[in-house]
Order: sequence, then C-alpha cells, then structure tokens
Amino acid sequence: MPDPLTAPYWAAARERRLALPYCTDCGRHHFYPRSICPHCSSARIEWVAASGRGEVYSFTVVHRAPSPAFAAAVPYVVAIVALEEGPHLMTNIIGCAPDAVRIGMRVRVTFRATGGDVTLPVFEPM
Amino acid sequence: MKPEAAIIGIGESKVGQVPDRSALQLQAAAAQAALADAGLRMTDIDGLLTTPVRVEHWQAPCGAVASHLGIRPAYLSTVDLAGASGAAMVHQAGMAIAAGQCSTVLCVAGQNLLSHGARAEAVKSMAESGSAHPQFEVPYGPLVPSLYALVAQRHMHEYGTTSGQMAEVAVAIRRHAGLNPNAHKRDPITVDDVLRSRMIATPLRLLDCAIVSDGAAAAIVTSASRARDFRRPPAYLLGAGYGARHGHIGEHKRLTETGAIDSGRAAFSRAGLEPSDVDVAELYDCFTITVIVELEDLGFCRKGEGGRFVEGGRIAPGGELPVTTHGGLLSAGHPGVGGGFFHVLEAVRQLRGEAGERQVPDAEVALAHGNGGVISVHCTLLLGGPDTR
Repeated sequence: MPDPLTAPYWAAARERRLALPYCTDCGRHHFYPRSICPHCSSARIEWVAASGRGEVYSFTVVHRAPSPAFAAAVPYVVAIVALEEGPHLMTNIIGCAPDAVRIGMRVRVTFRATGGDVTLPVFEPM
Repeated sequence: MKPEAAIIGIGESKVGQVPDRSALQLQAAAAQAALADAGLRMTDIDGLLTTPVRVEHWQAPCGAVASHLGIRPAYLSTVDLAGASGAAMVHQAGMAIAAGQCSTVLCVAGQNLLSHGARAEAVKSMAESGSAHPQFEVPYGPLVPSLYALVAQRHMHEYGTTSGQMAEVAVAIRRHAGLNPNAHKRDPITVDDVLRSRMIATPLRLLDCAIVSDGAAAAIVTSASRARDFRRPPAYLLGAGYGARHGHIGEHKRLTETGAIDSGRAAFSRAGLEPSDVDVAELYDCFTITVIVELEDLGFCRKGEGGRFVEGGRIAPGGELPVTTHGGLLSAGHPGVGGGFFHVLEAVRQLRGEAGERQVPDAEVALAHGNGGVISVHCTLLLGGPDTR
C-alpha cells in the first residue's frame, strides 16, 4: 500500500509513532503527504513527529459497511480529527461507545495492527 | 456577455432498471434521441465529448463511444470531473466550437450501473475507486454516504441544521420525480418516511442518499449564431464556472464550504446575473445535505441558512425556487459519472417550456450545478431561454 511519497508515514506507524510532513521553509505541517508544500510551494519537506493529540472535527457512525471486510465491525466511527499541529486526517475513534463521540472531543492517537504489514493510526478519547 | 454556445438537442435513454442494455447501448439510445430532437443525423456531428464509465474499462472512452456511434470527429475528448462532468461537457463543447475546432458537438454519458453485476459491487467500487483516498481513508471503512455524513454532521454542529430539514430536500425532490414519467422512483414520500428509513451513516438515512440506476443522457451543442436553425428552441450558455478546494474530504479544512462558492461566483459574473435572477435551479443532489450546502455556496441564501431555506416546500413543485425538477439523483436516477448530466437536460426542458406538469412558469434563466468527488470539484452553468440572446 505505501508508495515512495507515503512510506515514511507507514514506517513510523509500524513503530507506533504518528509522523507528519513539515515544511522547513514556512514552518507549517500539512497532510495528506505532498511533494510540494501546499502553503508556500517549497519542496523542502521533512517528516517530523506529531503530538498525536487533537479533537474530533466531524464524525459519523457507520451502520452500513462498505464491504464484507467491515461488516463485523458495524457500528463503528469514521471521524476527521483536527491535529494540534493543524492538519486534519480521517481515522476511527475507538475506546468509547460510538454514540458517545462528539464534535470537539479531545482525542489522542493509538495504533491498530491490521494483520498485514500495515499498522493503522486510530484515535481514542483522552 | 453575449452567449457563444447553445444546446440545440437533448435526449435520454430509459432510466431506472434497464437490465437488457449495455453502457454503449444506453449512450447510443440517448444520442439518437438528442439527434432526433435537434433534427440532425449522426453524420452532422463533428465533435464528441463523453465521460469515463465505472462498469467497464474503456481505453480512451471518447474513442470507444465515437467508434460505437460511427462518428469520425474533428474534435474528441473524455471529460472527467466525476459528478460535475455533465455540466463541464457542455461548457467545454462551447469552448471547442469557439476555438473553431468543430461546429456541432455531441455530449453523451451514462451506463448500466444498477444492472451490471451486483449492486454491492458497484457501491464497493465507488467507495474504493474514487471518492475515498486509498491509503489514508479506505482503511477506516468509509462508505460514500459516510463521507457526505461528515459534512452533514459538521453542518448540523455549526448551524443547527436538522435531520428534518434534510428530509424536506428528499421529499421535495421526490415530488418533482413524481411529475417526471422517466424517473426511477416516483412514489411520494413524507418527512416521516425519510426519518424512519434505515440509518446508513449518521445522520444520513437511506432516503437521504441517491439511488443507483441505469441510464444515459445526451445533448448537442453548437454556436449561438447557428442555434436558431434547428427544430427546437435553443438554450443559451450564458456563463460557466469551475471550483476545487480540496482533493479528498479528509484534508478539507472547512467541511461546510465548497468549491461551489468559486464556480457559482464565476458563472454569475460571466453571465452578468445574480442568484435572484434564477427561475429554476437544477442542483446536484447525491445526498440531501449536498443540496443544502449548494444553496448556500451558490448564493441563494447565506452560509448556514440552507436548512431553513428548504423548509415549507420552498424548493418543491410550486415553491419559490424549484430545485432539481426532474427528480435528480435522489429519485429520478443516478447512473454514476454522468448522473449530473440529467440536471442540464432538465434545465433545457424548463427553458423551452417543455417540462409538462413540472414546468416552472415563465422560466427564462436556469442554473445547473454539478459536484464531483466528495464536494471536491464543481461546475456551474447558467442557461438562458430562447429570448435571452
């Protein structure tokens, strides 16, 4: 699944670290990964450790699975988390009842092994 | 600005469950209906635009369609702005004509999305192939409705929009579909029916979501200067605009604001018109929340007021601003990419005064808006009736 652009993200996740692309010219983070900073167009981008903290920007409780692979998991929460560093990302919220999730809820990253090579960053209430 | 292009013929295939037709057969039926409408033959067509289909892999779809229809075009291209492709084809046909590349362009799109293979496969491929990021979104299990549900949830949080207001969109558009003999779903529904339908991804229920259908649509575009030489009254392209503010939904920082703000402003500015000049708005309606956000972003009401705007039947038949009067993706039919093209055809019917029971009285200016991806790419058209040139 990873490609040359995204490999550092997934390598960090395997070590249970959340990494973000960071522009050394304008000093801002971004996500999803890009080869050019979306804020200032610089190509001087490094991967840096993220705090792993943020808040729920929006969420939905999924009752109808997109494929059989997710059928056993319903109902589950797909959310967008606003990280302290600024970028948003899509994730699952775990560690609480789906109907307890609220916009603005403070969350922190944790990691879920998927069985394959991939370790997936997910979030839980702080 | 004086219009340069016009739509002079429209046609659609049977829409709904059409199990005995391939994507190419559906497109051919729509193309022939549009030619008959304009009083043209296939040999009069010297430009061809189409969109990708999801049910088959066509290398260069425009070449596959040209070959199937027996066209030897002087200009051809495959347009892909996902759900905004239909509106964009009409504008890009006009640009090709203005550039002198061709004179009479067939725009055609559609497929057998419902009857090709299992419906579950179609939904899965839509979730995995386009709308969700393969690495950063698909692993979390989003279905297309759940991606739009994120928009709805945020809109409710920021502006107090309610499930009942979203349900009013579904009810209004179903009422329009009931007046369209070619619509897939025509039985009336109530707000209670919507609120009691199966939860798909909170807050969106089954009847907040578009249906899946078979069908194809076609339109023929020529220069405004020739537009009166054909069988039917022309619909003039008064202005068009595009917008894109993000790729995937997970990276969009303001979920309640879309590129429709930009596409709408550009289209109104080019046409020299304002939202209050629009008699009928054919808005892309993949989900009920989409219509509410578009009403705001296109300037029909202020940001956050879309939920209140749709209350009391304002967008229903006979309302102050009838919206998506053929019944849209929620009820008339959604054959995937190209589903939004039916909105453009309906705008033409309204401007000609040929919309039958659902005719908006004296419609002179129509807006048709297409939305692609997950509120990602947008194209807005302003079209004018025969007297607007």
